Amino acid sequence: MKSDQRFVAQQLHCVPPSGIREFFELVVGRDDVISLGVGEPDFPTPWKICDAAVEALRQGRTSYTSNYGLLELREAIAQDIWSRYGVEYNPAAQILVTVGVSEAMDLVMRAVLKPGDQVIVPEPCYVSYQPCVIFAGGEPVTVATREPDQFKLQPEAVRAAITERTRAILISYPNNPTGAIMTREELAEIAAIAAEHDLLVISDEIYAHLTYDGAHTCFASLPEMRERTVLLNGFSKAYAMTGWRVGYACGPEAIIEAMMRMHSYTALCASIVGQVGAIEALYNCEEEMKRMVAEYDQRRRVFVRGLNEIGLCCVEPQGAFYAFPSIEHTGLTSKEFAKALLFEEGVAAVPGDAFGESGRGYLRCTYATSLEQLKEALARMEHFLDKLTTG
Amino acid sequence: MRQILEIIAREGPVPAEELATRLGMSVADAQRYIEEAQEQGILLRYSALVNWEKSDIERVYAFIAVQASPEHGTGFDQLASYISRFDEVHSLYLMSGTSDLMVVVQGEDFREVARFVAEKLAPSPGVVNTATSFVLKTYKTEGEIVVEEPGNHRLAVTP
Repeated sequence: MKSDQRFVAQQLHCVPPSGIREFFELVVGRDDVISLGVGEPDFPTPWKICDAAVEALRQGRTSYTSNYGLLELREAIAQDIWSRYGVEYNPAAQILVTVGVSEAMDLVMRAVLKPGDQVIVPEPCYVSYQPCVIFAGGEPVTVATREPDQFKLQPEAVRAAITERTRAILISYPNNPTGAIMTREELAEIAAIAAEHDLLVISDEIYAHLTYDGAHTCFASLPEMRERTVLLNGFSKAYAMTGWRVGYACGPEAIIEAMMRMHSYTALCASIVGQVGAIEALYNCEEEMKRMVAEYDQRRRVFVRGLNEIGLCCVEPQGAFYAFPSIEHTGLTSKEFAKALLFEEGVAAVPGDAFGESGRGYLRCTYATSLEQLKEALARMEHFLDKLTTG
Repeated sequence: MRQILEIIAREGPVPAEELATRLGMSVADAQRYIEEAQEQGILLRYSALVNWEKSDIERVYAFIAVQASPEHGTGFDQLASYISRFDEVHSLYLMSGTSDLMVVVQGEDFREVARFVAEKLAPSPGVVNTATSFVLKTYKTEGEIVVEEPGNHRLAVTP
């Protein structure tokens, strides 16, 4: 019998299934597991948002929206970005509401790349970036970020990766999986490179609100960067709305229009229910959001201190909700460590190399789970490490 | 410090070491703040939140709106202080609106509460009239929703 594989397009073989997916299969069906493997908040969506969405349904708001998204939502987004970062976007033409940042990432790559164009992608990074570049016919050029640099993107590494085919630099701070952030001064160096080589910057700022020891710098707020930046953000992380699938892209009119054209043919619009919820989030849920962020901050401190105390050294993550400790000294690979930790102690964390080659020797642990669970996870991890050292 | 009070109000006693870690402060500062809060009567005591309706222990609550005549100089304070001393009184508030005091009374059964109102509260000097409402079911108390927690719907591993 012939394999079904013959129907699958050749180019898909360049895109392996996500390493996270593979690990997920191992955890399915076990209920004794403490999961530090999750990339989403443990809080439910604030009730006001749910209520606004339900009310919208009751009122019969069940139609398509503009391809760009509800104008009211785009206005709220423009207002939000203006008040937080002082960056001005025209809600009529420079903002596109998408099905999460995931769709926006796919759209922007297809909107700006022609076959063979290169995109500089810092690693370790979120799993979808390289596949999106490849789907668009482009070529991802990875640049490793390293623990001694606190996983910040180094300007000289970016310079070294630039060729005449380089079209864009993708940045993602606060970072999944490392929790790294970049300051205004550090980003300014990347901005200078982008200006010098006339590159587009695609900035995934989905964790912008989850910044703990200082304010987030929006890349588009750097001098003259608004004109060459596509800013991506959404509601999943800050407002605990992962399942609602609402994100957005802001950027130069021509790029947003090109993205909207594809979006109009492939997704048409983001779900109206999600969009209504997002409006409520922006207008009425600042307090709820801040409370969640304060809670993550407390967990971050407890968890990172705990990891360092049991010998899993880890730079202090300053954003998102991930700690990225090194497990190299154990002599195990990331995958071996993660599997053994899961099977022997019932703690699920994601091998660092699921986020790229430079994540090898690390483990991504989410601290978006209760303090009680985090403490129990730390105790189990300590037990696991004790067993390793005593053989 | 607001954050410390918010944490212990929700979680009960938390060691100063843990508070210090969670809030990024020194252990000595956390310790000192709690001691000061106790000394100044900001932190009254630690207690647990019990869902009595789920236990097999009988316990009823009534909200009693009291209209009273205030006294010169002290207003309702003297009457409130008198009423507070009864063990049956769970909480007592001075109110805006049509009634002056709201007394929350706790008893083993309806009869016990009714007897307290008839024999102690209503005849108290200064009380003009009372309106008693019994609690039939608790949905939320002290910020806690008193229903079965919905399960965790998150997948165990996601990007």
